[in-house]
Amino acid sequence: MNKPLPAFSDRSEAPWRQHLARLLASPSAIIGLALLSVLLLLALLAPWVAPQNPYDLSQLDVMDGMLPPGESLTSGFTAWLGTDEQGRDMLSAIIYGMRISLGVGAVSVVFACMIGATVGVLAAYAGGKVDAIVMRIVDLQLSFPSILVALILLAVFGRGVDKVIVALVIVQWAYYARTVRGSALVERRREYIEAARCLALPKHRIVFRHLLPNCLPPLIVVATVQVAHAIALESTLSFLGVGVPVTEPSLGMLIANGYQYLLSGTYWMSTFPGIALVIAIVAINLVGDRLRDVLNPRLAH
Amino acid sequence: MNFFKKTLLALMTAGATVGASHAQELRIGLSAEPTSADPQFFDSAPNSALAAHLFGSLVSADENRKLLPGLARSWKMLDDTTWEFKLQPKATFTSGEKLTPRDVVYSFCRIPFVQGSPGTFSDLVKTIASIDAPDDETVVIKTDKPDPILPNRLISAFIINADAFGGGKNIKFKKDGCEDFGDNPNPSDFNNPAKSVGAGPYKLAEFTPGSQIVLERNDNYWGEVPHWKRVIMKPLTNAGARVAGLIAGDVDMIEAPSVQDFERLTNSGFSVARALTPRLLYIQLDQNNDPAWKSPTVKGVDNTPMSDRRVRQAMSMAINRQAITDKIMGGLAAPAGELLPYPMFGSTKDFPVTEYDPEGAKKLLAEAGYSDGFQITLATPNDRYINADKVAQAVAQMWTRIGIKTDVDAMTAGTFFGRRNKFEFSAFLAGYGSTTGEMSEKIDALVLTRNPDKETGTLNLSHYSNPAVDELVTQAKQTVEDKNREQLLQQAAKTAMDDVALLPVYFEVRPWALRKGLTYSARSDEQTRAMSVKPDTAN
Amino acid sequence: MLVYIIRRLGQGALVVSVMASVVFLAMYAVGNPVDVLAPPDASDAEKLLIARELGLDKPLWDQFFVFIGNALHGDLGKSFVYNEPTLQLILQRLPATLELAVTALTLAIAIGIPLGLYAGLKSESWFSRIVMSGSILGFSLPNFWIGMMLILLFSVQLKWLPAGGRGETVNILGVPLSFLTWDGLRHLLLPALTMSIYKAALIVRLVRAATRETVMQEYVRFARAKGLSRQRIVLVHILKNIMLPVVTVIGLEFGAILAFAVVTESVFAYPGMGKLLIDSINHLDRPVVVAYLMFTAFLFVIINFVVDLIYAVIDPRVSLVEAKG
Repeated sequence: MNKPLPAFSDRSEAPWRQHLARLLASPSAIIGLALLSVLLLLALLAPWVAPQNPYDLSQLDVMDGMLPPGESLTSGFTAWLGTDEQGRDMLSAIIYGMRISLGVGAVSVVFACMIGATVGVLAAYAGGKVDAIVMRIVDLQLSFPSILVALILLAVFGRGVDKVIVALVIVQWAYYARTVRGSALVERRREYIEAARCLALPKHRIVFRHLLPNCLPPLIVVATVQVAHAIALESTLSFLGVGVPVTEPSLGMLIANGYQYLLSGTYWMSTFPGIALVIAIVAINLVGDRLRDVLNPRLAH
Repeated sequence: MNFFKKTLLALMTAGATVGASHAQELRIGLSAEPTSADPQFFDSAPNSALAAHLFGSLVSADENRKLLPGLARSWKMLDDTTWEFKLQPKATFTSGEKLTPRDVVYSFCRIPFVQGSPGTFSDLVKTIASIDAPDDETVVIKTDKPDPILPNRLISAFIINADAFGGGKNIKFKKDGCEDFGDNPNPSDFNNPAKSVGAGPYKLAEFTPGSQIVLERNDNYWGEVPHWKRVIMKPLTNAGARVAGLIAGDVDMIEAPSVQDFERLTNSGFSVARALTPRLLYIQLDQNNDPAWKSPTVKGVDNTPMSDRRVRQAMSMAINRQAITDKIMGGLAAPAGELLPYPMFGSTKDFPVTEYDPEGAKKLLAEAGYSDGFQITLATPNDRYINADKVAQAVAQMWTRIGIKTDVDAMTAGTFFGRRNKFEFSAFLAGYGSTTGEMSEKIDALVLTRNPDKETGTLNLSHYSNPAVDELVTQAKQTVEDKNREQLLQQAAKTAMDDVALLPVYFEVRPWALRKGLTYSARSDEQTRAMSVKPDTAN
Repeated sequence: MLVYIIRRLGQGALVVSVMASVVFLAMYAVGNPVDVLAPPDASDAEKLLIARELGLDKPLWDQFFVFIGNALHGDLGKSFVYNEPTLQLILQRLPATLELAVTALTLAIAIGIPLGLYAGLKSESWFSRIVMSGSILGFSLPNFWIGMMLILLFSVQLKWLPAGGRGETVNILGVPLSFLTWDGLRHLLLPALTMSIYKAALIVRLVRAATRETVMQEYVRFARAKGLSRQRIVLVHILKNIMLPVVTVIGLEFGAILAFAVVTESVFAYPGMGKLLIDSINHLDRPVVVAYLMFTAFLFVIINFVVDLIYAVIDPRVSLVEAKG
């Protein structure tokens, strides 16, 4: 997922329903989808499902700090995954953290996808010099590891959920631009675009109504995988101390916080958020992996 | 209060048997590495600790900041603005040269002009007007105004050799640039063992940033020759790695083991030494009651509630200091009631720590007319002081419980200091140590009315101003007699604390861990010195 | 060929200098290093003194031109914190990071190629399925979390390996290397393993795909029909054919490993270049950050160039003319 996927050269003619059926034919994809739905539900319903609101300070008590899993808090309920040094229930913190992690991943991918796809399709349609210049920039950016670029961007911007999203969009748009351009180049030569041109439809209409929708399948695959990538990247940045602020801890931030206590055997503060993070990423990758097979006829035997 | 005594006496629990191998070599795992071996380059604890091995200063200090003779065997005041220092006649540099007043002048001349210095020591010599040498063993220093704590400051003013670095033959101290100064060595020259010449108990053998610093014993040292022939300092910035290194026997001693490891260490025969430091973690509250002023991060009310003493008192009473030092600092801190821990100069014995009393705090708030509370943001740097962001969250929790809804804004030190100096915070948590180890420096910076021209209140970013305190400290600064000065300072500190000028939270405790058979006299200035590590002589 | 090389190098130089300028200007807009470095009670006069010493009292553009001027003479400035030339600081840390990267890559190849081959040749076996599921996990585990879990297992619980730092070194031609000592290897293993898992997963998938494609091809079927031993088919024919993608990925991933060293070195407190970058960002030690990025950009240009050259050597179908979009 670090590397751009190969551009897709063939367009799948199969209707969406068929894709879905084939997606669901794979047990691993079903597991992935199921896990993902559960996590999404938990994240969306966090205020109602979490035993505690971990950010309502009046509900916390330092005296409950660093309780191992299974101990009871002074307020009565049991912290099944233990508490952190502020006396915050880890399970609640993880559910709320999941909300931020998934949110950051999804929002950054949507924006990066929109920007990248627009740039890519326009470059392909325009061709010539514009295309060459855009692709040079894309290649250049892809040759630098995203972690390094994001790290520097955030060192300049400072911390914050919004800033992390902007940094993630900047490091990711190029993947989409390249993918979309690749398939758009192929689509451009097809009859229906020729036909549209002959009808003298306005350019933007051709590009956005005809060309772009037909580049969607590969874009969806890339986007799915990139959500996982974005979540992992966000958690890494937060771990390094340049990501989200302490007041809005994502899973990565929770892990970073627990890391300080890891060596002394307080394992639960970093292990459980880590497991939650891994489940989220694996679930997305399982779906993405199968999507790739389904939407790319070249690989489907 | 028992804790103070215990920690100040630097708890020593060394094992009973003597470690057998490499008897003459000491390997130390550092938590923060010195950035240069130039003793005048950067004013920080790791740099000064290294400098104390390689160089000497006129005045030195014991582990509790009591002044001791250093390169000056004695000093006295001739009048309010004149000090006479008698140099140690036996003192020589590693080059074999004898210490002369010219070396002192050259060193003090260079202090404000160190190339590329990111944190200068120029503060140390800022009151000096002239330096004279009536004979080869006497230095007479005149100050602009009475400066009773000059010797305290000279602890960190390390002496370098004028000849080794090309100092002028007829150098003369002048406030804004000396006459015939001669050459100004580049800080990196000091990292080169061939060029580094000092009058300390050790010589530099290797300086590799990020990797290791090796010191060899100076066998011609004029003072007490230390036990260890060779000292290797390795920067191990990760606490876990340090402890692992100690247990594996890679190092003999480490700085700052994490508190969670104490039990494991003592159970396996290692000892832990602790020192209570004067580093105070405190909260300053915006107290500007100018009706035109809108306190930057207070919400829900139109004025600045903290300009009312009762509100400040309530916010202090809401803080459960013991819970913070136990749960978050894991015992590596002692609840603070005033600015400096006893028995440092100007502190008071048994100064009371504000009692945790959330009910009383709520009552006081109601009395002051804030029964519905208000909202505030507590700012803190997250990469400067140990656990500061966690302590801030705990305080926020406690304030929220008495009705002051508090958010925490933790940021990097770079952002924090810049914003703080522009008065962008209504409440912030920060820390402050001490270079002189006495009260006047600290109260001057934190509590006195801010006045950039007089350089008072440099760290008073709360708009706090109490003429009574200002007056007492001004008097104290002109009082040369120690006893009177101490009384004035104690009174000033008490007045400020009664007025809740700021909320002291805790003093940090600094730990070290040592292998079996070693003892360390833990220093309150946080320095790690090989000279203070002794093999156990019990058997 | 020569024209190609010159043009590539020219482009590389352009990339490095554009990047240096952007980073310089961006970094110099962040915070005030004097606030971080100065003693907390420093007066404004003292801060001014420090700013003067560090050259921060001049306007941005003057600082920029001084930087450009010096950079053209090969001088990338001095660190604010250490007062040593930045390039020297970076080069001092380079051996540690290179050592880590090479070890990680070696591990990744040693794990990835055999597993990938197996999964490609016997794609239906249960072990292959486990390998493929494992590779998804390898992709998904965030680097820093793998490191932490390895520390938890091998250092905290089992106490077999040290939790961080770099081991004993020996000087070879003046370069301190740690993989030649037992202690050094012990320190190297966990961080190298951490970095290699992602790469190993990548190599497994790549090798599997390439193997499956190769097995289908005529000449392998022919070789099989000829009765060549299975071993020979795998070793000679298949391996040779999967080398191309593997070499490309290894080359490109070497750069990525250097970048990811930032994360791994932070977890293991390993004194390499990545740790230096993080520390410098936190201390606002701008010259080091700028020099680090210039140096890395330079490395990347070189690596990409070398990969393309190797590519051309291995695969005669590739000509050294830039692909047109």
